[in-house]
Amino acid sequence: MSLLWLRFALACYFIGLTYAFFALTRTSDLFSRIALHAASLGMVFHFVSLVELFLAGHVVWASVHNGESLLAFFSMTFFMIIYSIYQTTSPGVVVFPIVFFLTFVAAIDEQPVLLTGFVQHKGWLIAHIILIFTGYAALVLSFGASLLYLLQERRLKAKKPSSLISFLPALEVIDQIGYRSLLLGFPFMTLGLITGSVVAMSTYGHIDFADPKILLSILMWLVYMIMVFTRWNSGWRGRRAAVLATCAFVAAVVAWAANYFSTIHRFVAS
Amino acid sequence: MRYQLIGVNHKSAPLEVRERLAISEKNLPDCCRDLTAHPGIEEGMIISTCNRVEVITHTSNGCADLRGFLHDHFHLTAAELDSHLYEFREKEAVRHIFRVASSLDSMVVGEAQILGQVKEAYATARAVGSVRGQLDQLFTRAFAVAKRVRTETAVGSSSVSIASVAVELAKKIFGTLQGKNVFIVGAGKMSELAARHLMAHGCASIFVANRTYERAIGLAQKFNGQAIKFEDLYNACDKADIVITSTGAPHAIFRKEHGEQFLSRRKNKPMFFIDIAVPRDVSPEMAKLDGIFAYDIDDLQQAVSSHAADRRHEAELAEAIITSEVERFEARLHTLDVVPTIVSLQDHLETIRQAEIDRVRGRMGALTPEQEMAMEALTRGIINKVMHTPITTLKTAARESEATTVIDVVRRLFNLHDKEKGPASQANRESTGKKEVETRH
Repeated sequence: MSLLWLRFALACYFIGLTYAFFALTRTSDLFSRIALHAASLGMVFHFVSLVELFLAGHVVWASVHNGESLLAFFSMTFFMIIYSIYQTTSPGVVVFPIVFFLTFVAAIDEQPVLLTGFVQHKGWLIAHIILIFTGYAALVLSFGASLLYLLQERRLKAKKPSSLISFLPALEVIDQIGYRSLLLGFPFMTLGLITGSVVAMSTYGHIDFADPKILLSILMWLVYMIMVFTRWNSGWRGRRAAVLATCAFVAAVVAWAANYFSTIHRFVAS
Repeated sequence: MRYQLIGVNHKSAPLEVRERLAISEKNLPDCCRDLTAHPGIEEGMIISTCNRVEVITHTSNGCADLRGFLHDHFHLTAAELDSHLYEFREKEAVRHIFRVASSLDSMVVGEAQILGQVKEAYATARAVGSVRGQLDQLFTRAFAVAKRVRTETAVGSSSVSIASVAVELAKKIFGTLQGKNVFIVGAGKMSELAARHLMAHGCASIFVANRTYERAIGLAQKFNGQAIKFEDLYNACDKADIVITSTGAPHAIFRKEHGEQFLSRRKNKPMFFIDIAVPRDVSPEMAKLDGIFAYDIDDLQQAVSSHAADRRHEAELAEAIITSEVERFEARLHTLDVVPTIVSLQDHLETIRQAEIDRVRGRMGALTPEQEMAMEALTRGIINKVMHTPITTLKTAARESEATTVIDVVRRLFNLHDKEKGPASQANRESTGKKEVETRH
C-alpha cells in the first residue's frame, strides 16, 4: 500500500516536473499555482506512504529506496518552507526534477537494495539517515538557488527585463534562499557524518579512511565547509558560488554513488 | 517658414555616437555662435541632452548645410555620423520641436525633464543672440503646446519615468528597498528625481557627492542626507547599494578597479549603478564585474519599453493636439508672411496718393483748409476701398495656405518686387522658381 501512495505522489510530482521545464521557457501564474497544489498533494501522499511504511513495521532503514523517498520528502519540505517565506515557486525549477527522480527510483519497486551491516545501534542509524538527508536536501536547495542566482544575474546583466525567465524572484531573495539553506544544511550534514562515524565505529571498531565512501563524504563535507566559509568571509555569490555549489552537489552525488564501491557502506541486493 | 532641423536621438543613434556629439552647458553658447556663423543660417539653437543633440535653425534659403556644420564642429566624418542623423524641414521641423517639447519623442514618453532642458537651451541661445524673431515664435509656441499636452492628456501623469524604472530595477536586484543606501554622484535634477523615488520606496539614507561641495550640501539637506566631498567619493561609495551618477565628466569616473574595490569592501554584495550621464560615468569593463549592475540611459530605455503600451493611448491624444497645433502655427506664420506685402501695398498706394495730391496742389495753387481736408478724405477713401479686397484676399489666402500664390499675384500687380526684402519676396522668388521649373517640364 505504501508503494501505491508513493506512486500517487510521483504522479503529482510529475506535474511539478513539467512545470519546471515549462518555467524555463515562459511564465505562467496559473501553471505555477497548479504545480504548487500538485506538489502539496504529492507531499500528502508521500507523507502517508512514509507513515504507512513506518506503522506497518516494514521500514527498513538501510533500504536505499526508503532513503531516496525520505530525501525527496525532505527536499519538498524545504521547498515548501521557502515558498511560505518568500512566496516563490522558482526553486522548483531545480527541486522538482530532483524530487521526481528520487521518488521515481524509490517507487519502481525493484528488489529492495540494502546497505551492508548496521544491524546494531538502530537509534544512531536513524539519526544518521535523517540528519544526512536533511543536509542533502538543504544542499539540493542551495545548489538550485545558486543556479537560479546565475540565471537572474545573467538576465539583469543582459538588461532584457522582458526576457522569458522573468518569474525569478529578486536577486537578493534568491541569494538569501541559497545562503540560508546552506547555513541550515551544514550542521545537519556535520552531525549526520558524526553519527555515521559513531555507527561505523561501533560496527567495525574503526574508521577506514581509505574507503571511497568515507573519503568522498569527507571531501563533500570539506567542499560544503569551504562554501559556508567563503560565503561568510568574503560573500562569494554568483558564478564563483555556483561553481562551489556545483562541486558540493557533484561530491554529494559521487559520495552517494560510492555506495556501490565501498566495503563498509555498500548497496547489496536483499 | 524656413525652419530646418538636424539631430540624433536615442532612437537614431547609439550612446557611443551621442557621447561624441554631446555639448556641455559651458560650451553651448560658443556652439550657438558658431552655428549662426555658418553660411545660410539666420538663427540657430542647439538642444543637447543625454538623449538627443538637435540643431534647429531658421535659414535664409531653407537648405543650409547643417550636416556640414556637424561634421566640422564635431570633427566627424560623414560615414561616422550621417547614418544616425534625421533631418526635418518646415512643417515637419515644427512638428518635431512640438513633439520634443511635449515629451512625445522622449525615451520615457511624458517625462517632464525634457521641457526644462529645452527651455534652458532656448534661454542660452537667446542670451547669445542666436535666437531672434523666427525661432522665438517657434519655441514660444512649442512651450505653450507642451503645456496644453500636459494639461489635456494624461501622458505625463503616469508614474513611468526614468526614476520609477530605476526603482523597479532596484527591486529586481534587492527585492525590497527597505534599508538600502543611495549615493548620488553629480547633483543633477534627474538624479534628484530618481533619488526621491527611491527614498519614497523605503531607502534608508542618502549620500551626495558633487564637484561643487555646496551643491552637494544643498541636495543632501533636502533628503536629510550626508554630503560627501568629491575627493572622498571612492572611499565612501561602497556604503551605497544604489548609485545614481550623472556627472559631466568627459570620461568614466567609475572604472573596473573601483568596482573591484567596492565589491571587496562590501563582501561582494551587489551594487546597482544608474548611469544617466552622457558620456557615461561607469566604464563598460566595470559593468561586466559580477555583482555590479550598471544601467546606462539606453538600457533604461529598453527597460521602459515594456511600459510603452500604457501610454500609447494618451500619446495618441497628444499627437492629435500636436497636429492641430502645427496647422495653427503654420496658418499663423502664413498670416505673418502676408503682413509685409500688405504693408508694402499700403506704402505703395500711399506714395501714389501723396504724389497725386502734390501734383494737384502744384496745378491749383494754395487750397483752403476745408479743401485740403476734403481732398484728403476723398483720396483716402478711394485708397481704402481699392485696398480692401486685396488685403482681405491676402488674409484669407494666408489662412488657407495659399499665401504664396496670392502674395505673388499682388506683388506683380502692384509692382512691389523691389521695395520689400521680407519673407514675402522670398516666397515670391520661390514661387517664380517653381513656375519656371513647371514651364520647363
